[in-house]
Amino acid sequence: MRYLPQTNAARKEMMETIGISNVDELFCQVPDKAFIDGKANVPDHKGELEVERIMQSYADQNVDALTNRFFLGAGVYFHHVPASVDYIIQRSEFLTAYTPYQPEIAQGTLQYLFEFQTMIAQITGQEVANASLYDGATAMGEAALMAMRITRRDKVCYANEIHPQYVEVTETYLNNNDAKSYSAKEDPSNIEDDTACVIVQSPDFFGKPHAYDAWRKACDEKGALLVVVINEIVSLGLLPAPADADIVCGEAQSIGVAMSYGGPHLGFFACRQKYIRQMPGRVCGETIDADGKRGYVLTLSTREQHIRREKATSNICTNQGLCALAFTVHMALLGEDGFKDLARINHEKACQLADSVTSIDGISLANDTFFNEIAVKLPAGKSAPKLVQDLADQNIIAGYAANEDTLLIAVTEIATEGGMKALTEAIKGAL
Amino acid sequence: MSNIKYTEDHEWIKVDGDTAWIGITTYARHALGDLVYIELPETGRQIAKGDDFAVVESVKAASEIYTPVTGEIVEVNDNLQDNMDDLKEDIDTGWIVKVKMTDDSEASALMDKAAYDSFVEGLE
Amino acid sequence: MTNAAALNDNMDIDTMEIQDDTRGLHYDENLLYEKERCDRPGVDLPPPEGTPLRTGFEARGDIGLSQVSEPQVVRHFVRLSTKNYSIDSGFFPLGSCTMKHNPRINEKNARIAGFAHIHPMQPESTVQGALAVMHDLQGWLAELTGLPGVCLTPAAGAHGELAGVMTIARAHELQGNTHKKVMLVPDSAHGTNPATAAMCGFDIRVIPTKETGRVTVEAFKEALGDGNDVAGMMVTNPNTCGLFETDIAEIVDLLHDAGGYFYCDGANFNALVGKIRPGDFGVDVMHLNLHKTFSTPHGGGGPGSGPICVAESLRPYIPSPLVLKEGDTYRLERDGERETQCGRLKGFQGQFGMHVRALSYMLSHGADGLKQVSEDAVLNANYIQASLKDDFHAPFEGPMMHEALFTEKYQKEHGVTTLDIAKGLIEYGMHPMTVYFPLVVNGAMLIEPTETEGKDAIDRFIDVMKKLAADARNGDVEKFHNYPQSAPTKRLDEVTAARQPKLRWSEA
Repeated sequence: MRYLPQTNAARKEMMETIGISNVDELFCQVPDKAFIDGKANVPDHKGELEVERIMQSYADQNVDALTNRFFLGAGVYFHHVPASVDYIIQRSEFLTAYTPYQPEIAQGTLQYLFEFQTMIAQITGQEVANASLYDGATAMGEAALMAMRITRRDKVCYANEIHPQYVEVTETYLNNNDAKSYSAKEDPSNIEDDTACVIVQSPDFFGKPHAYDAWRKACDEKGALLVVVINEIVSLGLLPAPADADIVCGEAQSIGVAMSYGGPHLGFFACRQKYIRQMPGRVCGETIDADGKRGYVLTLSTREQHIRREKATSNICTNQGLCALAFTVHMALLGEDGFKDLARINHEKACQLADSVTSIDGISLANDTFFNEIAVKLPAGKSAPKLVQDLADQNIIAGYAANEDTLLIAVTEIATEGGMKALTEAIKGAL
Repeated sequence: MSNIKYTEDHEWIKVDGDTAWIGITTYARHALGDLVYIELPETGRQIAKGDDFAVVESVKAASEIYTPVTGEIVEVNDNLQDNMDDLKEDIDTGWIVKVKMTDDSEASALMDKAAYDSFVEGLE
Repeated sequence: MTNAAALNDNMDIDTMEIQDDTRGLHYDENLLYEKERCDRPGVDLPPPEGTPLRTGFEARGDIGLSQVSEPQVVRHFVRLSTKNYSIDSGFFPLGSCTMKHNPRINEKNARIAGFAHIHPMQPESTVQGALAVMHDLQGWLAELTGLPGVCLTPAAGAHGELAGVMTIARAHELQGNTHKKVMLVPDSAHGTNPATAAMCGFDIRVIPTKETGRVTVEAFKEALGDGNDVAGMMVTNPNTCGLFETDIAEIVDLLHDAGGYFYCDGANFNALVGKIRPGDFGVDVMHLNLHKTFSTPHGGGGPGSGPICVAESLRPYIPSPLVLKEGDTYRLERDGERETQCGRLKGFQGQFGMHVRALSYMLSHGADGLKQVSEDAVLNANYIQASLKDDFHAPFEGPMMHEALFTEKYQKEHGVTTLDIAKGLIEYGMHPMTVYFPLVVNGAMLIEPTETEGKDAIDRFIDVMKKLAADARNGDVEKFHNYPQSAPTKRLDEVTAARQPKLRWSEA
């Protein structure tokens, strides 16, 4: 009840003004059968201390990455977030603001969105970016739909090993639009005629970075758009930017956003300037106010559903504003040098771990090249799912069993030498 | 000016032989407010009476423009893209497309100036 | 010598040039990219060792990012924050958005390491507590809506709508109803409703509501026809005019008889929560906005969360994955376990951090508190409606639910529009109401005070609205057009922004 400021005296006074004697008179148009008899069948209100204890007791049943050995990635990465980031995003003015539809009193939100869009465009090597989407998987689905709108074609090509959940979500979107898809099995010559877009993930789901030139050339020959999907945005501090792509989208959770059991995360979406009117999601643009001073507004909003209704470019109306802020603050702190160093440190740790685990008899790397996630082939007859569960039982989150004999292990700046050694020993012991 | 006809969707058309010039009326222009973008069709496209062939956008609204006549788009006024303010009830600069009509009875069935004016009056 | 003294000694303060518009507590703040580049970043990382790369590529060249120190970064964002209006700073009556107080305990709980730092693909044995949170939240939402099937994955309201309409589409598909291609949508609906239905391949048939603000039985019957091609109906209830759909029970019976499903947009659930169960007035599927009714913060435009709740008959078709409980163990539905489901909508299990916050909120309020929430929300709105009825034109007969609705009709006679009123409210230190929505009335002003405002705050809003109405009557149009004067910026030129979109900074 602590969130309710209204007093009984005030309620009574207000009812007099309205001309009623009981609040139920205001609900007179609701069918009788819809009223709850008495109260809903859930517990009554609780004090803050009690709520905290209940929620803590749920949390205590989880094995968290902060206090345990942790090497799981597969599209979601455990990175260190500077303390200033959480401090900034918990400021009331950011946390409890609405979507900036009244720009005169929302310049704070709008300016950071403009900075966020600039950062995403720079990092992806693209001309423009939007103000974020729900997550990487929905961003890829939206990219496929956008390519279909631009090319007026309805066939989507998966070029290589793409995150399985991204594919599942994209398939859901395609099904709603009676569109088809196929896999090119890592060979650009498999691209079919009438393909709307070719989607390349880099690093792919097994951690291997990819070049884009052969795909670009094949796309140009078939009139298809090239879409590049990124799971781990930190990789772009070290790997070449997919500047030749038509659309670059993916997940930016790694910078500033906690894993939170899968959400909220931060989908990003960048493309060429000429496609902006086909781009899904909100965008912020620069303009001037009545005094000629620079300011920012949400723009190109006629693409959105509240105006276009059934002709909208997408049904998305929310971005992930606060997560975009966390990204922007974290990236501002990292800066050019810090971002690149962070990427380099991730890679160097992955190199160390690769050397360490491949020293175990019978273990080899599925790919010689990687960024911060390695695909480890287990010795013949050993099961990756079983290994993951065995180590989880010792509170070591060892990675992701990508298939029966392949374990994906992710290493970020958080991994210590001792931790990596412990993981190697534990794997050795469990095999 | 008797060869200018009007539609209930606030397009004007000028009939010149078998070619129709299509634009939007002053009433539509005011209703839309400041325009920011126009999505133009490509030439050669076949359109049937009632199809939408272009979209004009203001800051807060997007409206389709419908053709009152069937035929092929033979010319598009690309100049509008960068000069949005030219889009108005002006035959020389404000037309959006020229359509080669397949059935000129469609055009003659439309409202003339007087009929359109009273139609608009009825809206207010 | 202090700086101030130096200024006094050496400079004429009236003619000196200052680069920005900072005055008092009014900060001018440039872009990160325009700040002097610092030779080291705002984080201290151990230097890379320089081991040879095993990426297969050369290291990336210049990206063009800014580089500033930590104090500069913190100051930059704190200064930006001062240009924002928020619920924590004042009255925020944005209709259909439910801008209620966001309790900080929810934030604290979401940051417990056992919630914040767990990975969605961890073995289930290591995330039993997270699965229990989701399972228990499913239970609370089922109980409050009277709809037993709950899917938590949708990331926001519009995403929940997509999930709900896909569920209906899937049900018809598997029941062989391929002829059911039409979705009935009233003209007062949120724009997302027709957008979503179109995305799922339905044709839209509009039900006019202009006369009464409600869907009448006659208008519904007209739209339904023989009902053969009708897949369902999407109605917000309470609707976007702030009214309860009086004839809903009769309409839903007709719809169900025709084999259609009733999708209820739950944007306005705050008027019902804890008191009325939508499942009991015939709703088959409904999405909830956890960021509205259940107080997870709006965050300046997300992240939200939009679970859907469905009747038993639609349960087989909702998106995966659901959280299941077997004995004392929780688990996620496995791939292929429920062949009738309509697909996956989002990576992983939804916006889990929002689930934690919403459950915290529900535990805090409980059955008794939630019932009081809807009663106070509705009382507050009707108090505003009653208090302003002489100053502003009310288009429809009440009683209202949790929103008050007026139009600009009286003010327009004096040349003052809804937009002018909105900008006038800013001048008086308040966030405007929702303007020009719903579209079915001209110059709409939709006011949602929520239950977390007391009478004194509402009275001040009423006073300001009365003052603006009086100013309009006095015909001081020019003053209105110049509002706001005291906001961090004046009215912004949205036309230029849209004509020549500049969506990023770049070097001049």
